[in-house]
Amino acid sequence: MNCCFSVGHEFIVPVGILARRYRAARTKVMTQALTTPELSQADVQPLLTPAFVRVREFVRETHDIFTLKIEPPKVNGKPFLIRPGQFNMLYLFGIGEVPISLSGDAEDPSVIVHTVRAVGSVTNALSRLQPGDMIGLRGPFGSNWPLAEARGHDVVLVSGGIGLMPLRPVVYHLLKHRKDFGRIVLLQGVRTPRDLLYPLEMEAWSHEPDVQVLVTVDAADATWTGRVGVVTTLFKDAVFAPARTMGMMCGPEVMMRFAQREFEKRGVPEDQLYVSLERNMQCAIGMCGHCQFGPSFVCLDGPVFRFDRIRRFWEVREA
Amino acid sequence: MIEQGVQASTEQGILELFSSHAFLRGLSEQHRLMLASTARHFQAVPGEHLLREGDEARSFYLIQTGRAAIQIHRPGLGTVRLQTIGPGEIIGWSWIVPPYRWQFDAVAVTTVTGLALDAASLREKCTQDHELGYQLLKELLTVVSGRLSATRLQVLDLYK
Amino acid sequence: MTLSAMENVWLLPKPRLNDLIDLLRDDGFEVIGPQLDQGAIVYGPLRSANELPIGWSDRQAPGSYRLEKRNDDAYFGYAVGPHSWKKYLFPPLVRLWQIQRDGAGFVTKAVEPDPPKRALLGVRACELHAITVQDRTFMNRAGQWTDPIYAQARERLFIIAVECEQPGGTCFCTSMGTGPAVSPALPYDLSLTELDDAFLLRTGSEAGRKMRERSKLAPANEEQNAEGKRRVEAAARSMGRSLNVIEIRDLLHRNQEHPRWDNVAERCLACTNCTMVCPTCFCSSVEDVTDLGLESAERVRHWDSCFNPEFAQVHGGNFRTTIRGRYRQWLTHKFASWYDQFDVSGCVGCGRCITWCPVGIDVTEEIAAIRAADGAHMEAGK
Repeated sequence: MNCCFSVGHEFIVPVGILARRYRAARTKVMTQALTTPELSQADVQPLLTPAFVRVREFVRETHDIFTLKIEPPKVNGKPFLIRPGQFNMLYLFGIGEVPISLSGDAEDPSVIVHTVRAVGSVTNALSRLQPGDMIGLRGPFGSNWPLAEARGHDVVLVSGGIGLMPLRPVVYHLLKHRKDFGRIVLLQGVRTPRDLLYPLEMEAWSHEPDVQVLVTVDAADATWTGRVGVVTTLFKDAVFAPARTMGMMCGPEVMMRFAQREFEKRGVPEDQLYVSLERNMQCAIGMCGHCQFGPSFVCLDGPVFRFDRIRRFWEVREA
Repeated sequence: MIEQGVQASTEQGILELFSSHAFLRGLSEQHRLMLASTARHFQAVPGEHLLREGDEARSFYLIQTGRAAIQIHRPGLGTVRLQTIGPGEIIGWSWIVPPYRWQFDAVAVTTVTGLALDAASLREKCTQDHELGYQLLKELLTVVSGRLSATRLQVLDLYK
Repeated sequence: MTLSAMENVWLLPKPRLNDLIDLLRDDGFEVIGPQLDQGAIVYGPLRSANELPIGWSDRQAPGSYRLEKRNDDAYFGYAVGPHSWKKYLFPPLVRLWQIQRDGAGFVTKAVEPDPPKRALLGVRACELHAITVQDRTFMNRAGQWTDPIYAQARERLFIIAVECEQPGGTCFCTSMGTGPAVSPALPYDLSLTELDDAFLLRTGSEAGRKMRERSKLAPANEEQNAEGKRRVEAAARSMGRSLNVIEIRDLLHRNQEHPRWDNVAERCLACTNCTMVCPTCFCSSVEDVTDLGLESAERVRHWDSCFNPEFAQVHGGNFRTTIRGRYRQWLTHKFASWYDQFDVSGCVGCGRCITWCPVGIDVTEEIAAIRAADGAHMEAGK
């Protein structure tokens, strides 16, 4: 079944032109196998001290969200490799350091893309960066989305708000290796229409074969003709084969708890569900202790977890 | 709201829709037939009201195509869209809750088609046949519970 | 009566402990050992064995620590005090790097840790275990990461263990399988067992063997060896506390909502004392400090505690706002999650957290209470 539910802002741009432009841009990107060898200390630049790299491009996405395109550091002369789901620690001189997930194409070694929401002192300072500015970077850290395991499966991505950022590299991968995967379903919830992320890309994705992109907002006025309701209300229209589906979720934990129940209702096995968690991450190598969730270190064992492995602590308050 | 032409509103068309609509899937053939006798086709064009806050609740809507929004108007502050409803879903349950008046507005966002069941005869049939009433209420409760959960999540304003 | 000499057990007459300290100092080691300070036995640099708390002991109970005179001149006749050796491996405060502005760019100087060679004198079995527990946190972590500050200090250690003959009122190392005897598997260079006038000395490393050879010691005899054994066995029988550790990981994991957590949360002050005195607690925070001219910045790392309210804070939220949540995190981490993370208990039974808790919360009592009403949270309203 070739379902193309459009996102709710189709009136903004003529879809066909966009999709063609998007496809053309995509073919230019270098392709490279995503099999990174296990990282060792020598590959991470550097463990405790940041490497300074140049900001190449600054893109404003929404009123409080922006994208930084950063020059990758050289790691012992080797290219900087980061996998979808992993994060870097971005440091701004004199301000501080924050963990930010990769939100660009992991297979493009020429640039590191991070989409950031300005919420705290460091992210607000990051939002004032200009091309040419230098920022510190440590990484990559953490676990990645199960792209190898997802081969031959339908892939259902559920994201809430900025939870879309760490899932965007997954979409890039799935589209680039389209034959390896079944249907691709992206369910995205945001707060209001003005918080919609990457609308043009989402539009273009929705026109790929066997790709379903459903977007909903939590609150809207009468000028919004798209869907209104929380992201879990999108499940009823999502088309996938539960037994051979990989579900990947990123967003506020309450949202993921309810999304996980929707997957459960549809019969997707627990070991085919993955969640990305947020905790206080400082050292990023499992030594400072802040990011613990049950017995897991979110920076080291996560941020991406297979659901059945953390199930025991999933609904425990203050775990 | 436009009543559809004679051809489309045949009993056959209604029965076909009845057997395929998600809301009625749990009902027996016999109960479906009983409900079908209260149904008529409807179509609402964008901007058209399906329900209007304060009006008598005369219909129970089964949506077949299109998207409608449950919304409320705040004097001086404009209209807020609370939730959108699409194919396979239902709109309106005030017809079974006294005093049978709509609590919110429902407006077609795109052209909406489906079946409208007559509220008075529905109530009468449910009173006469408690088994039908129970089955219908059970389906309605599933919908209401889902919408309540969704609303509770909305109240959390998760992405603030 | 003929007493056959023991193999691999040597006799170090007490007056000659100073010779050993001198040899270590000659080799460039800073010798660290127990000493009296501000009414407690703490660890600090030692110039001679005379600075040890000879003839002193301590009386420990939940929330209570008192020094008292012994009626003998034992060198190590006391249990562990508020300090642990971790302060020498995992410094309470350390600078990680300094960054200097340089035109449009920056120059980064990673702090190069150059800790002195240290000889730790008087390391108890529980404390040796604690060092091996922290090794798992800071070295070759997940097969990937090593903290260079810890690793260098650790590499330069010379460890002189001492078998415990005077357990404190809050000790439970026998329950945890970490003492009082010093197991040959532990990473010590020399190990001592105190007798009346001498120490039995064993070697546990090549460096220890060399040191023993240079000390020109005579072998101990069987009777002396038996006396040492008898003393350590007696110590094992006089633990102030005990803890049933059978399936303790699952016990705690399955009782996350046990009413006892509410009970202990009413008593706990979240003062962080237990985490500061614990020899295995490893949490830290970093702070970036910038000069007013915005020319240079440095990052310092300091000990932190999961009891601090902001410990699990992220922008716009906090994952553990209650003392209940934070106490439970600490206790379940120490006694349960640690097994998941490091394949070993995070508790070595040293009893420090019990002694130094200002309100006398006793982990052995808390865990026993949970065990006694296992699954109590499943029966609401009863």
